[in-house]
Amino acid sequence: MNGIIIVLWRVFCMWRKEVLDLLKNPANRIVLVAPVIIQSVVFGYAATYDLNDAPYALVDQSGGEAARDFAARLDGTGLFRRVAAPATPEGIAAAMDRGDILLGIQIGQDFDSRLSAGQTAPVQVILDGRNSTTAAVALSAVSSIASEFNAARGVVPPLRLEWRAWFNPNLETRWNIMSGMIASLSLMQIMILAGLSIAREREEGTFDQLLVTPLTPTEILVGKAVPSVLIGILLSGAVLAICVFWFRIPLAGSIGTILLCLAVFSLSSVGMGLCLSAVARNLQQAVVYAFVLLLPMFLLSGLASPVASMPQALQTATCANPLRFALVCLRRVYLEGAGLADIADNFIPMLTVAAVTLPLAGRLFRNRS
Amino acid sequence: MTGPFCVEARGLRKVFRVRRSHRVVTALNGIDLAVPSGALVALVGPDGAGKTTFMRMVCGFLAPDGGSLNVLGADIAREPEPAQANIGYMPQRFGLYEDLTVRENLELYSDLYGVSRTERDERLPHLLAMTELARFETRPAGQLSGGMKQKLGLACALARSPELLLLDEPSVGVDPLSRQELWDVLLGLVREEHLSVMVSTAYMDEAERCDFVYVLDNGAVLAHGAPGELRARAEGRCYRTRPAPGLPARIVQARLADDSALVADAVPEGGAVRFVIHAGSAATEGGRSAGETAEEEARRCGGLDAVPAPARLEDGFMTILREQRKALARKPDETEIPQEESAALSSYDKFQPETGRNAEPEVVIEVRDLVRRFGSFVAVDNTSFTVGRGEVFGLLGPNGAGKTTTFRMLCGLLPASGGTLRVAGVDLRTARARAREHLGYVAQKFSLYGSLDVRQNLEFFGGVYGLRGKILRERITELLCEFGLESRQHATAGDLPGGYKQRLSMACALLHRPGILFLDEPTSGIDVPARRAFWRRITGLAAQGTTVVITTHFMEEAEYCDRILIQDAGRVLELGSPDDVRARAGRAGSMEEAFIRIVKNSREGNAT
Amino acid sequence: MISPVRIRALVRKEIRQILRDGSSLLIGLLLPAVLIFIFGYGISLDLKEVPIAIVMEDSSPMARDALAGFRGTGYFSPRQADSMHEAEELMRRREVDAILRIRNDFSANLAAGSAPVQLVVHGIDSTSASLAQSYAAAALGEWASRLEDRGSVPVREHSGSVYIEQRIWFNAANSSTWYLVPGLIVIIITIVGAFLTSLVMAREWERGTLEALFASPVRPLEVLLAKIIPYFGIGMAGLGLCLLAARFLFSLPFEGSFRLLLVSSMLYLLAALGMGLLISSLTRSQFLAGQITILVSFLPAVLLSGFLFDLRNVPPAVRVIGHLLPSTYYMELLKTLLLAGDNLPLAARNCGVLALDAVLFFLGALRATRKRLG
Repeated sequence: MNGIIIVLWRVFCMWRKEVLDLLKNPANRIVLVAPVIIQSVVFGYAATYDLNDAPYALVDQSGGEAARDFAARLDGTGLFRRVAAPATPEGIAAAMDRGDILLGIQIGQDFDSRLSAGQTAPVQVILDGRNSTTAAVALSAVSSIASEFNAARGVVPPLRLEWRAWFNPNLETRWNIMSGMIASLSLMQIMILAGLSIAREREEGTFDQLLVTPLTPTEILVGKAVPSVLIGILLSGAVLAICVFWFRIPLAGSIGTILLCLAVFSLSSVGMGLCLSAVARNLQQAVVYAFVLLLPMFLLSGLASPVASMPQALQTATCANPLRFALVCLRRVYLEGAGLADIADNFIPMLTVAAVTLPLAGRLFRNRS
Repeated sequence: MTGPFCVEARGLRKVFRVRRSHRVVTALNGIDLAVPSGALVALVGPDGAGKTTFMRMVCGFLAPDGGSLNVLGADIAREPEPAQANIGYMPQRFGLYEDLTVRENLELYSDLYGVSRTERDERLPHLLAMTELARFETRPAGQLSGGMKQKLGLACALARSPELLLLDEPSVGVDPLSRQELWDVLLGLVREEHLSVMVSTAYMDEAERCDFVYVLDNGAVLAHGAPGELRARAEGRCYRTRPAPGLPARIVQARLADDSALVADAVPEGGAVRFVIHAGSAATEGGRSAGETAEEEARRCGGLDAVPAPARLEDGFMTILREQRKALARKPDETEIPQEESAALSSYDKFQPETGRNAEPEVVIEVRDLVRRFGSFVAVDNTSFTVGRGEVFGLLGPNGAGKTTTFRMLCGLLPASGGTLRVAGVDLRTARARAREHLGYVAQKFSLYGSLDVRQNLEFFGGVYGLRGKILRERITELLCEFGLESRQHATAGDLPGGYKQRLSMACALLHRPGILFLDEPTSGIDVPARRAFWRRITGLAAQGTTVVITTHFMEEAEYCDRILIQDAGRVLELGSPDDVRARAGRAGSMEEAFIRIVKNSREGNAT
Repeated sequence: MISPVRIRALVRKEIRQILRDGSSLLIGLLLPAVLIFIFGYGISLDLKEVPIAIVMEDSSPMARDALAGFRGTGYFSPRQADSMHEAEELMRRREVDAILRIRNDFSANLAAGSAPVQLVVHGIDSTSASLAQSYAAAALGEWASRLEDRGSVPVREHSGSVYIEQRIWFNAANSSTWYLVPGLIVIIITIVGAFLTSLVMAREWERGTLEALFASPVRPLEVLLAKIIPYFGIGMAGLGLCLLAARFLFSLPFEGSFRLLLVSSMLYLLAALGMGLLISSLTRSQFLAGQITILVSFLPAVLLSGFLFDLRNVPPAVRVIGHLLPSTYYMELLKTLLLAGDNLPLAARNCGVLALDAVLFFLGALRATRKRLG
């Protein structure tokens, strides 16, 4: 009994030291927290495919009333902002080459005459394919404006699409990206933090000092892992708060479930970080390894591109990526309001990663000393 | 070319602003210092005296805040470049490229100094031979031992022959053999190439070989002159006393040193104790002669007699420093033992050592046929020894002899390749964790958490040793007091001056009252007064029954040990009391001479 | 003033360190290869075959025909659900991403002129969802015109309607790989130039090797140049890998001049190197230098340069931040050169900005790397 208390006390001392060591230096505090806050705010605004005053150029060769009406509708939505009105289609080309516009709209000479004759009239939309996603979004926005225009002219198509979206009624990209950021931003920090922790103690010679104390490798490992996990949860919590209070993305699920997801996820990423740290011969290597691992983890997580559209082999490979499952959990709980039972199966891969990496880290640093 | 002086400082001042506070620290407070061309000049003084700052200013790395500094005939602050081209500088921590081999490091510096190929091909073998690094030519610098790195740094600074060579504590962690060679090289350079050298050092025997010595303290020049002039300050006040039979010299030394009102300095020397008494009223009170006072004092402390001895530079240096401190009536700092501790330790000294000696001492460390291999390289070869409770056991040997490897195995940081190792009655192979509860370890380089403050470090290490609550708090208070760290308990450990760092390391290692204390070169890089205070504590601990295993490159410190082991190339060369070892080396001389002779003999024996 | 011998010696030292440590090569060569693979085969922002549940409450032939029209588009992989309840369950389990419901009064409504079709999308993947929605609208539109053409529904007299004709410029294949590859190049150059260099330089400060170097006649300018030369080489090797992949794996058109591409890449690499050196000289610590470099160079290169998200479509404040960073200018130029063609005014402006940045960062680094300590 007393033995257990002593072990717990030793581990607690280790935690206290880790946290103090990290937070005493004001520069450390800033580089730990500031990037996460800044990124989540900037991301929230920048990471969007939603149209927002997208600049366009209009070539109106018809000059008729219907054409003006159509253009007014484009401007009236707030989605588009007309920045140029060249006389000829070549003007569109020039503006697009300069990168001034996202799309060009060309209304032909016979637009009004065709419409008044009861014929169909084309509106040409010229898109900048250098950014294909935004282009597709813009196209669908122009299409729906065209439908409204037709409806206003009393044209009712034989089929009408009545649509609605679950969990994200206006289909805002921000909701999707930001809910993913809760895990991704802290991942970067804790991987580097955990990655540096053992490597730095080695470089400074304090690791030997630790090894001559009665601390066992397991206690050292737990002592290193838990503070990193807590810091990970804390940073994620900050992003969560920004999502809820700054960007006002409605929280559908329970905070408790989200925190549990984050804890499991942080545990697995700390395990990976500690493995790197135990392998690295110096600080530079630790950071480099962390980076080489982080980039593919981000890209193959479903953060920016859905996992489902990856080739099957890669989809299988992503099973080892805890971020993938964390994103699923977070989005489901945050946006859909899923409960613990709905997402519990996502914990299995994350816990497996933790169960492999943490003992491995322990073995690695014991054998290297 | 450059006139009579190659470095000339007048009223030189340097002030550092402490970050995030309005405090300023005056590093140099109006220094007047001149290095004559072609001379060898030593800078000595306690940590924080301003030696490194001054050297950096001579190199043009720091701009003066006042006064003037001419280097090689030019104002270094205004036009550093011409002078820099002719200066060789070896910083305290010479930044070698650890991924590069010895030869590649040397080639890099040759090229940087613009040494031509033919010149280089001539000079490099010479440098390699001089530093005994020739056989490690292709080894990465990161895998050299501490002393070898130091020598390589010096070789790099000497890649071409500069006009002025600045060496900042070049011999820290360098073994006596290499140190001797290093100084032979330096003196040779001064003679043959008419080089001017400025060297800062903690070894007074090194300063003694210089033409001029400057004693710096607190950013000011305390004294300067030829070694003889400084030595003269202590002339007629140095005595040697033989300890009473059965009494270890270090006990007599400790008692003498504790009486700081009368005694300026005391060190064990060749089985006896050398001490210096203060000049002035206390010594000659009541019309007694200095000799009478000394004899009386020696007897009081357990010595048999007091024979006048010739003064050494170290005696002069300590006298100058102590007098300065007394004049300033400063609070006790690293140069003096806090009164409380002094009182606490005096009581331990009253023990009767004979009883402990006659009874067979309990063996706490037992090493049999210890072997450690790294690949095909044998670092420690068939080493056997035992250490008894309460013994001070010295592990000596040249750089790369296997001391640190032996040490790491004793602490359980490195598994042995063969042999048995029992520490505190526990086999290290099977129960490392249990053995660790009984031992304290102070590593060669400062290895506490630099970002935590003094108290937090103590709390952490106390905690991992299982102390908590009231017991921990009381123990910390006790140690803070014992090591004079109360006033600094909230100072960040990484910013402490060298002597304080060393004390904190000791305090952390002693928190759990370990039965065995391992100290790996604890006195490398700390100043003379701090070393005295350090050994005073060791004496006290040993008196309490703590076993101390220690490595050092200061051979005179071996005199504090009960027994010493001399190792080279992984093998045991000598094992016994300092007196025995000296006697076996033939021609009784200093410990340093004995050591050099033993290692050289062994190496020659191997060569033939 | 500058000695070629010293620079050569320092460069040789740097190359030896790079080869011995290995981690620089890992980041300079292995990472690009991995990213090329992932970008080429792993991720695609293009939507393929949205799984959709179809609830047919009306079993008339007309409704069946509608379903066939849906199958034909290639955008959806439809599956039948018996009831709305079942379909909703499928969507909850994320087995489908959308539900198309044809109500039981469909035929009747259609006969009367206009029939609503209900589409429910799963909004979490908002981008996919809105694309799915526009695909669905397009599929319905096509089907409607087929119906009209066949006379299955009455073509009513009406006052004319508008339809959209789309044309996509600069990316005829409309494949996201084409616009991801320029992003890849920017990321690689940023990592090698800014991130790696800042770590390596900070290490010299941390380990005290610079103090020893400074004691020799070496000049700060030489130290910086010697750092730049080998890492410039690694950066260019990474760029080469990416360009080879772009040409032969992803068949990017390389519309613009190759020489211009090379010049602008070199300028950006120099700017990144300068930034890395400046940051490390200011922080003198590996941990801080690494973190700050990620914050000011790597993340903006991913987020704010227009790599993933179009800068023309963000709040002005964010746009301004984006335009403070060299990566934005390089990204814009790179995309144009690879996908659009030569555009000399743009090239001149952006190369000018990059060159200016490179010079400013380098001068800043030089100022911060004076032979002064403390």
